[in-house]
Amino acid sequence: MKFLCVQCDEVMSFSDRDLPGDGTITALFSCGACGRDMAMLTNPMETQLVTSLGVEIGGRTVPEQPLQQTRSKLDAPRDDAFVDEAEPVVKEDEGSSAVSDPEFIRIRVTWSPEATDRLGGVPRFVRGMVKRIYTEYAQEKQIEVITPEVMDRARSDLGLEGM
Amino acid sequence: MPSGRLSSPGCFRQSTPPVVLMTELTSGSSKLPRKDSKIRARAVRGYSDLTGDVKSKIVEQIGEQHARLANRLSEVGAIIVIASGKGGVGKSAVTANLAVALAARGARVGAVDADLNGPSLGKMLGLMGSQLEDRPDGVVPAAGVSGVRGISTDLLLEEGAPLRWKGPSHDQFVWQGVTEAVALREFISDVVWGPIDYLIIDIPPGTDKIGRFLDLVSEVGPSHLQPDQVLLVTIPSEVAGAVVARSATQLLEGGVPCIGLVGNMAGYVQPGGEDILPLFTGPSAREIAKAVGLELWAEIPFDPVLGSRTDQGNPVGGEGDSVVARVFSDLADRIEHGPGGRDEDK
Repeated sequence: MKFLCVQCDEVMSFSDRDLPGDGTITALFSCGACGRDMAMLTNPMETQLVTSLGVEIGGRTVPEQPLQQTRSKLDAPRDDAFVDEAEPVVKEDEGSSAVSDPEFIRIRVTWSPEATDRLGGVPRFVRGMVKRIYTEYAQEKQIEVITPEVMDRARSDLGLEGM
Repeated sequence: MPSGRLSSPGCFRQSTPPVVLMTELTSGSSKLPRKDSKIRARAVRGYSDLTGDVKSKIVEQIGEQHARLANRLSEVGAIIVIASGKGGVGKSAVTANLAVALAARGARVGAVDADLNGPSLGKMLGLMGSQLEDRPDGVVPAAGVSGVRGISTDLLLEEGAPLRWKGPSHDQFVWQGVTEAVALREFISDVVWGPIDYLIIDIPPGTDKIGRFLDLVSEVGPSHLQPDQVLLVTIPSEVAGAVVARSATQLLEGGVPCIGLVGNMAGYVQPGGEDILPLFTGPSAREIAKAVGLELWAEIPFDPVLGSRTDQGNPVGGEGDSVVARVFSDLADRIEHGPGGRDEDK
């Protein structure tokens, strides 16, 4: 789907979107020549048809996880279908924190009970992905324990306020 | 049943897909008078005149999906499709036993249960209870004792739950087909199959499902990718043979070069013996193969032991010296020597 500003004969570009949560989408397209904005409004059926393709209008704000479409759309998924990637092997002679890695020292990250509770509030179908994002953030920042405060900092740093 | 209307395709490599002739009706449509409109009067450019994706990134995301699929399939030696068009002929049992027979010969085998609505391959391959390991590059498929790795909605759904997708509850037919096509693509592209010799796809009943899979792999460009070998499964029944004939037509029109017929439930193995007693009164697989114009690759008699072991997640494959084990062993040998096989006859 494309939009053309007839007055300017200019292709309108996607500029913003809003997901009110009722299954509809409002997508804003703008003309680069005259600045005119146009809103594309989809009903839940149209939204579903587009998202069934495994795509998001305007692109993804968070990385896509494997089997994204399948696991996010199943109505009755098995709770324990997926298990996180095995923890990196810890070198015995370097204590419990370090492993060899070509780019940075990966540390073993644990979750505080409060952070675990908060993670439990994330919808099941994206919980694994969200957990991975926070874990990778903690590893990058060399944070050994993820707390709600760390989660807030990660959201702010990574621009994930919607999560 | 149609009689000999399809030319025998054999198993040859076809470098280009068959030429599709446009019908006179289609080619003549442009000659129809067009109504004047305000749009035409103002010479407004059409969709194809506008290049790029207007920054909505839809095309970019679709391109990424295709690239991921191509990348995953680049590590697959051969795509083997098990289909029929008809339900209840034993496609999944054939898939499970063939996969195990190939694995027992040392081949690295992956199996995709494309029957999203009626999954059974997870149970037949002994994968139930396995968890799929989440990795950044994909999920690691479940592996059974035979070494065959697999993916199935069996592994993703709650026990006993039917396949249902989240979305508007009315007019689900509008989007469900798309959702399932994407799920099937993910089963191939998002699973860490690793370098494997064979990726076996168990296609659900319905000739449309065969077409859907052909469309899926043809996305992998620039060449028009096709399954390396297709096994059409039938039983000795006129009705099943007629449906299989439709499936064969679809495959041949799609340019699939290597199709063989497998006759399942071809008689009944007398317990403890070698004698095969008749099970159906319909045409034999050999007769159906001749009528449809396909080569007969195997006739598999019904064996309660094979049925029972497959149900328990421990397929016989080519193990032992039973009649069915020998049949599956021979079938595995044929696959190995066919297009894309490890011992491909050049």
